[in-house]
Amino acid sequence: MSISARNRAESERATRRTLWPGRAGHGFVALYVALLIAFGVVPTGYAIYFAFTNAGNTFAGFSNFTDAAADFRFLPAVGHVALYLVLWLLSLVVLVIGLALLLHRLASRRVSKALRFLFYIPGALAGAASVMVWLFVLDPTVSPVAFLLRALGLATFDQVVAPGGLPLLFTLIAFWTGAGGWILVMYGALNNISTDILEAARIDGAGAWQTARRIQIPMLRKWIVYMCILAFAGGTQLFVEPQLLSQASVGVAGRDYSPNQLSYDFAFQNNNVNTAASVSVELLLLGLVAAAVFVSRSGFFDVD
Amino acid sequence: MTRTSPAAGANREHSGRARATLATAMVALTLGAATACGGGSGGTAGGTASFKPAAQGDGPITVWVDATRLAAAKLYQQQNPQVKMKIVTYDGDANGSNYLQTKVSLFNRTGSGWPDVVFSSQNNETTWAVQSKFAAPLNKGLIPQSTLDGWATGANAPCTVDGTVYCLRNDLSQTVLWYNAALMKQWGYQVPATWEQFQALGQKVATEHPGYIVGSAGDTFAPEIYMWAAKCGANQITGPKAVTVNTTSAQCTRMASLLDTLVKAKTMSTSSVFSTDFAKNDASKVLMLPGPSWFGGALFEGTFKTPKGRIAVAPMPQWAGDSSPSVGNVGGGTWLLSAHSKNLKAATAFLTWATTSDDYQGKLAPGYPAYSAAAKAWLTAQSTSGYYANDISPTLQAAANQVWPGWGYGQYSQESIWAATVTPRMTAGKSIVSLLPAWQTSIANYAKSDGYKVSQ
Repeated sequence: MSISARNRAESERATRRTLWPGRAGHGFVALYVALLIAFGVVPTGYAIYFAFTNAGNTFAGFSNFTDAAADFRFLPAVGHVALYLVLWLLSLVVLVIGLALLLHRLASRRVSKALRFLFYIPGALAGAASVMVWLFVLDPTVSPVAFLLRALGLATFDQVVAPGGLPLLFTLIAFWTGAGGWILVMYGALNNISTDILEAARIDGAGAWQTARRIQIPMLRKWIVYMCILAFAGGTQLFVEPQLLSQASVGVAGRDYSPNQLSYDFAFQNNNVNTAASVSVELLLLGLVAAAVFVSRSGFFDVD
Repeated sequence: MTRTSPAAGANREHSGRARATLATAMVALTLGAATACGGGSGGTAGGTASFKPAAQGDGPITVWVDATRLAAAKLYQQQNPQVKMKIVTYDGDANGSNYLQTKVSLFNRTGSGWPDVVFSSQNNETTWAVQSKFAAPLNKGLIPQSTLDGWATGANAPCTVDGTVYCLRNDLSQTVLWYNAALMKQWGYQVPATWEQFQALGQKVATEHPGYIVGSAGDTFAPEIYMWAAKCGANQITGPKAVTVNTTSAQCTRMASLLDTLVKAKTMSTSSVFSTDFAKNDASKVLMLPGPSWFGGALFEGTFKTPKGRIAVAPMPQWAGDSSPSVGNVGGGTWLLSAHSKNLKAATAFLTWATTSDDYQGKLAPGYPAYSAAAKAWLTAQSTSGYYANDISPTLQAAANQVWPGWGYGQYSQESIWAATVTPRMTAGKSIVSLLPAWQTSIANYAKSDGYKVSQ
């Protein structure tokens, strides 16, 4: 092939590339979109259809929603999850940022590496498996930290899973399984802050606390908002933790604890899929509204 | 500044596209919620329309059993190697887990996947399985009436809807008083015949042999042992969708305060007999344990590994002056045949064998068989095994006819209601007597959510 021919071919390729610059990107996204439609959009449409129809497939207005709200389990479930969300979001934001900042300040690279690995391990277990680990940890007769439980005056599993302590327990489990990944994300975001800025702050006399408060945390804002949106949506959909706890405690704790469980019970115990769908549509709306509020209030899409 | 403006423009454009993309992603992320909860339409259309079997063939049959009944399925497969069987173990719906109902409602939606024969440890499966057209009618040509007549009187009552039998009872779970005969003799105690004596002995043990227990009220089935035997009207099913609930009658409070007294004296355990806690602290310190017939094989011999020759059985205590003795009942298990089975012949053959054969029910089963002939063989096997310190046959046979009929089988699980309402507050130190009204409210609530008309 002559040089000119090769040049021509290359320039053609280049033209094609400029005509459609994001080819590979679109390929990846297309796969995601296909899955999103199959497992996200279509089932959601299906759920909305169910939420507004009755067992005979005729339009039912808001009757499924009022049925759900009138159920004796509905308000307690909403209350449980509200309390859990407060604990879970607070602990997530405070501890994840705190730990990420500490990790970032660590001088020793080896310790930092070891800690990052340690933080990440629990997240590598799938959701249900990590809850199973906790079921053992929380049973004083088999727990490796039984002495801690006994020191708290908890001698049996039933005492550990007493109703009053459940929001705290679920927060512990959720934090243990979910926070490690976020610490690493925050750590990565911290690494992205230019050393020039930190250097300038240091020269201006800012200490660790001031640097964190005035520079690092404001620059992490978007990541924090992003974390809150996902944690909020995940938290309102609380299901695996109470459901497994309910099975492990043979129904003593965690039954009908969250709206998501209630939806499941409507569908499979009361044989009322339409009311179940109305609860799930409510959860979807709640997640969307919260995301909208977070995004609009935080200037999530503003350019720095 | 001219150099920066294009960049700023590009940035703006980029941010606009990013905004749209991220907003879409946000919606996508939150969508995850609803997707888990679609599916399943209301199968509320009731009725027991005529049974139309699926097209029959010679395919394999799928059998669902719990861990205990796995032995039955395996033995059948071993004896009948030509039968193609797929054996699946599941939790047996223990403690009202509703696993079977959940799966069947999904199978009903997808139109396939039903197991051919299922064992369930619950007796109330027909309350939904008939309505959702899963259970096949058994006395309409599948199983001869002469075979069905072999069940103990009333044993298949929980399986019968409008005269049609939809399941077969596996075992009777009449309650009796299990006790450690060696210890009773050593300490010079009399086996209590009345609840009053039972309570007095419990208090005596508390002072003379602290640490030993005379019963456990920590299980989900505690109300079926104590409240049922005490004729407490917590669960009077009066019609297909009607129930009368009264948990504050004299019968209920009398038994509840007996339990409270002994819980306070620490001779009534509040741990489940299957818990790790019980195994560690209480299993070797059982002096007496009121409980179902299957406690002997499944609990003392199987789980606690109590040595031979110690455990004996006595009739359930009665209240002094009560002329009509009554006992409770804990489960007893049922076998269901799928109306969707494509090999009814093989499925029915297995079902019949599992419930009636001496090879399994008579020799292997841990509980008192509901099929009378097998029960005879079972009792003989028990007495010749030499495991028990006395002859358990007359007591179990008598108790089989004394199960109080005022406690019915509703669609909701009495076990899980007790577990969620009474157990945690009892653990927190509240008395059972003080929890009786809350128990009643909870039963009424769950009954109403299943469409029951509740009288209180």
